[in-house]
Amino acid sequence: MTPIERAARALMWAAALFTVVFLMTPLVVTVAVSFGSSSVFTLPPPDWSLRWYERLANTRGLWPALLTSLQVAAFSTAVAMVLGTLCAIALVRGRFPGREAIATFLISPLMLPGLVVGIAMLQGFKAAGLREAYSSLLVAHVVITLPYIVRTVLAALSLFDFSLIDAARTLGCSYPTAILRVLVPALGPAFLTSGMFAFLASMDNYPISIFFTDAWTKTLPIQMLQYVEENPDPTIAAISTGLVLLAILALVVGDRLVGLRKLADF
Amino acid sequence: MKPAAAPSPWRDPVVLLAVPALLYLVLLYALPLLWLLAKSFVGADGLTLRPYVDFFADPFNWRVVWNTLGIALWVTLVCLVIGYPAAFALARAGAALQIAMLVAIILPLSVGVVVKSFAWQIVLRRDGVISQFLVGIGLWDEPQRLLFTETGLVLGAANIFLPFMILPIYSVVKLIDPRLLEAGATLGAAPLYRFVKIMLPLTLPGVVSGIAFVFSMSVSMYVIPSLLIGDRFQTLSTLTGRSFLFMRNEQLGSTTAVILLALAIGVVVGSSWLARRLGSSA
Repeated sequence: MTPIERAARALMWAAALFTVVFLMTPLVVTVAVSFGSSSVFTLPPPDWSLRWYERLANTRGLWPALLTSLQVAAFSTAVAMVLGTLCAIALVRGRFPGREAIATFLISPLMLPGLVVGIAMLQGFKAAGLREAYSSLLVAHVVITLPYIVRTVLAALSLFDFSLIDAARTLGCSYPTAILRVLVPALGPAFLTSGMFAFLASMDNYPISIFFTDAWTKTLPIQMLQYVEENPDPTIAAISTGLVLLAILALVVGDRLVGLRKLADF
Repeated sequence: MKPAAAPSPWRDPVVLLAVPALLYLVLLYALPLLWLLAKSFVGADGLTLRPYVDFFADPFNWRVVWNTLGIALWVTLVCLVIGYPAAFALARAGAALQIAMLVAIILPLSVGVVVKSFAWQIVLRRDGVISQFLVGIGLWDEPQRLLFTETGLVLGAANIFLPFMILPIYSVVKLIDPRLLEAGATLGAAPLYRFVKIMLPLTLPGVVSGIAFVFSMSVSMYVIPSLLIGDRFQTLSTLTGRSFLFMRNEQLGSTTAVILLALAIGVVVGSSWLARRLGSSA
């Protein structure tokens, strides 16, 4: 090995190590702070305590916001799942022109600045007479979740062998039964992983939700940011730790269903 | 099932399945965006470029545009410098390190931006872990605050966007046949020459899409600068948000929103054009 090769190799492993430490730092710091007794984020914490979890339990604004976020995420993911899957089937099975352009269009909300999409929707909804915060949130979040579903289900469908459905029908299944017993199980992992990431994206969205909240209806990220600005204490670290746990759960489920390497496909 | 002579591909009933999703997106997403775009060119008396002329006449706004692009360039550069070798490591690592890296890359992706930005507020404090570390290894004489500085913003944003640089590069690196490099070596090419002539061109499509992801996300980030640098430092995105949410200046907000939109579309279109060109020449 020449010195240059050795240097390149060293650089590669140093970058790998740095990446792992760098990317895990915010998560580790959040969890550590949430279990510490210090109110000024001293690290390492002088003493361990659960006081921020107690305070979290008694913080009034956060729980309704969590509930709102869960409802909005569940509803919008479910709607996006139906719309997205139907559309993906049309794109894979149909032979009409412009299918690639349509796929790009469906995924485009992911690529445009959320704030701009939010402003446009705010003005559009107002013009259409939709002013109520909660229903606006539900409607807007379908646009956020749809790209996740379309992207993954489209990829899974293009690998699916549709002659299997014909085979099932030849063997005596009715058409709906064939769909239910052949297509749906084959798409199961795609549904679960895309649904999970769509759900998390909706839960996390700030720049679009900010335009559709009022004094009574706030999503969790909005309420969290407001809380951070008003009283910066580790209570937010406590709820963040809960969200990190949720992400770990999603990762474990994703790993079981499709494998870590598949999740990293881009 | 198929008609003997299909007169038009649109007759295929499967097309109908695409209608609900398309109708939804056209009505609730595309039309509002087009309306926002159109409205910004319509003044009291017909078509006008007035808002844009006014916007660029103000030196403060030039500063805002410069801030936006400057920060995005720095974030992209940091992500590229760390992410390029890291993507190679990810592709070449043994099972244990690969799993550690994949977890470290994918797990933060499923944790919200608000959570991570809040964490960076803690990390960048005067008594935060970065300051402690740099004093510990003797690089800094005394603890310093990185929060509310440009450096802090670049570090935090690079941290949050790094996975979007690593993953596209990794996806091309893992497809490269290692025998290509061996062939280059057998033919007598020096390591540096092998890298520049073989590795770099093959990884370029991944690099382009990584840069496009990170750059466009850095241009439009809103929560991260709000928490890590505050009002003192305005970007197009924070100015857009402020104009609508606090200043109630919809005129200014629409103008900056359209500029932001144009930038984002420019990056997406430009990068996919570049990726196609690189793909066809490789």
